[in-house]
Amino acid sequence: MTDTSSTSLGEAVARAAPAPIASRIRGLSDRSMAWLFITPAIALLLAVNIFPLIWAIYLSFTNFRANRPNAALENVGLSNYSRVLNDPNTWQAMQTTAHFVFWTILLQTLIGFSLAYLIDRKFRGHAFWTTIILVPMMLSPAVVGNFWRFLYQPQIGLFNHIVSFLTGIPPSSFEMLGSVRLSPWAIIIVDTWMWTPYVMLICLAGLRSIPDYIYEAAEVDRASLWRQFWSITLPMALPFIMLAILFRGIENFKMFDMVTLLTGGGPGSTTEVASITLKREAFESWRTGRASAFAIILFVAVFGLANIYVKALNKVKQR
Amino acid sequence: MKTIKQALLGATSALILLGAAPNLAKADELTLCWAAWDPANALVELSKDFTSQSGTTMKFEFVPWPNFADRILNELNSGGKLCDLLIGDSQWLGGSAENGYYVKLNDFFDKEGIKMSDFADAAVNAYATWPKGTPNYWALPAMGDANAWFYRKDWFGQPEIQAEFKKKHNRDLAAPTTWDELLEVAEFFNGREIDGKKVYGAAIFTERASEGITMGSTSALYPYGFKYENTPGKYDMEGAVNSPEAIAGLEAYKKLYKCCTPPGYTDAYMGESLDAFKSGQVAMAMNWFAFFPGLYKDEKVGGDKIGFFVNPKEKVAASTLGGQGISVVANTDNMDGALAYIKWFAQPDVQKKWWSLGGYAVHKSVLNDPTFTESQPFAADFLVAMNQVQDFWQEPSYAILLQAMQKRLHDYVVADKGTAKEALDGLVKDWTEVFKDDGKL
Repeated sequence: MTDTSSTSLGEAVARAAPAPIASRIRGLSDRSMAWLFITPAIALLLAVNIFPLIWAIYLSFTNFRANRPNAALENVGLSNYSRVLNDPNTWQAMQTTAHFVFWTILLQTLIGFSLAYLIDRKFRGHAFWTTIILVPMMLSPAVVGNFWRFLYQPQIGLFNHIVSFLTGIPPSSFEMLGSVRLSPWAIIIVDTWMWTPYVMLICLAGLRSIPDYIYEAAEVDRASLWRQFWSITLPMALPFIMLAILFRGIENFKMFDMVTLLTGGGPGSTTEVASITLKREAFESWRTGRASAFAIILFVAVFGLANIYVKALNKVKQR
Repeated sequence: MKTIKQALLGATSALILLGAAPNLAKADELTLCWAAWDPANALVELSKDFTSQSGTTMKFEFVPWPNFADRILNELNSGGKLCDLLIGDSQWLGGSAENGYYVKLNDFFDKEGIKMSDFADAAVNAYATWPKGTPNYWALPAMGDANAWFYRKDWFGQPEIQAEFKKKHNRDLAAPTTWDELLEVAEFFNGREIDGKKVYGAAIFTERASEGITMGSTSALYPYGFKYENTPGKYDMEGAVNSPEAIAGLEAYKKLYKCCTPPGYTDAYMGESLDAFKSGQVAMAMNWFAFFPGLYKDEKVGGDKIGFFVNPKEKVAASTLGGQGISVVANTDNMDGALAYIKWFAQPDVQKKWWSLGGYAVHKSVLNDPTFTESQPFAADFLVAMNQVQDFWQEPSYAILLQAMQKRLHDYVVADKGTAKEALDGLVKDWTEVFKDDGKL
């Protein structure tokens, strides 16, 4: 059946095409046709993904600096890797990144799942509230960053005035973006505000995929709501929750735009996540070789962690 | 068949014309790249004369300051052809000269009779030469500049404020001449209510990403006695960069930041300083001379309400250098046109007009004119500042050196990490590593 339809499609294409092309297409095997169609995509992938990766690996073993293209290129072995790994700034940036990733994922998962659980109750107007909740993730990070900069402004910012209204402390007495203690949390708040809806959406898909008859059977067995949650809802939604954590984890590990717009990595280096350190090394200090080594280290770290996580996710799904 | 031939002929002609078009346009067109700020507008106005005299159309590529270095250095590094002429920062000279991005202008100057002795010595040294101290010219001094201060003259002049200041400090309230006085005046104004509004002492540079906090801090470091090297050209930084004088200077800058800047002033540069002053938030502010003509003309805070003063001295008189030279980009397709612009720009009459439009000419015919100091309320301060300027490293590795200083200073001044000594010791360590990598140590 499949063969017949593909043959007729091939004939139709051949008929529509000028004679020489038609005969050439008629002579092509399915395999050749498949290669013909995927070759542009593969070529594009090689050009924009694989080649730069291989080139970056090569550069990471050299002393190349993009601002000195005429300087002699020397092989420096593992020196760039050694310098990156022995640089306290690298580890500080990694710690800052880990702090940011951990807290954003924790908060987004807890709030996102709770919202999904509430929305899944299908109360009156739930579709409207779902749309409202989704608005932040539809905005551009550039808009969100600038918008929150104003909200956090100590003299005129709404955030400081709300905190002042609730606690009684003067609005100008604290700086969300300028304080070493508060600035990491300022970024976590913004990222949580923006991306919790995304986690909620994935969790909601998980909750909606649980068949009603399982809950009906549990009710027949007189299982309490709490028991139903622990024994049915959470285990069955877990693969979705883990998927959301994976997506947000990868995304936040390479977080750049929001941090740049809100604090630029400051004050000092307090919020300098790994991607900002990498950008400074590559495009401000122009130590391209060392920046390439750092990029490869980050790539391996994310790739390795994501692989371990995906294996765990598959195990959960197989249960 | 005839139709096909005609179509082919038409298409070929169109392709030839399209291919030739950019070259035709290029021959009488020049693109000048610079930062987007007040003097750039003055240069657009000035360049209309060049267009009318030469028939060359001038195009301008002005990049906002925070992205200026990134954008233009990327352009140079990638061998781009965007700019025929570039008014680049003084710190770029070393790298641009050694990497062949700029055209060496000695032969051209000799041929056209352009003498560097016609320009202020400090400007020639800072904006045109590489290696420093040698007569190798890579630019024509285009825009003199230094970091200086302006203040609310109307607030300083209020009798009750003057009386209170005199009672407290036993001297008249006036524009500060030393860093001690600057701190005293900033503390005096900070938190005071003026015209029903709480005001702050001073707006200074604290920006982290590009060069802000370095340019601001060096305005305290230089007067306190900071030096880059013990012996110029030897890269012996230990004891110079982290000398007791340098430590005192950095502590003074942090004291000013902690005591007297407006709330949320943790990442502020030129724009924020101007905003703070124009919105009536601060009694004093630091910024580049380049902005002073615009400030003086400002309806709300300019005219009689504003006063200017040169960077206060402490142990020595010193100002942080700004300003740029104009260079011909080696990659240009219009070398003759670019050189013609330099020749035109170097003329004394053009330099005089440049100053009158708001550009800071450093041609001696302008600076030595008896009417110069009276021509603008900040002109005399500009002359003083240009005679005491100090600049950051102009080495090919200046970007790495600058980033290291930005990080160390911001960590100490804004983020309260460690002591001034630790910050400067760390800076010596960072810079030593860079010069070792460059084979200079």
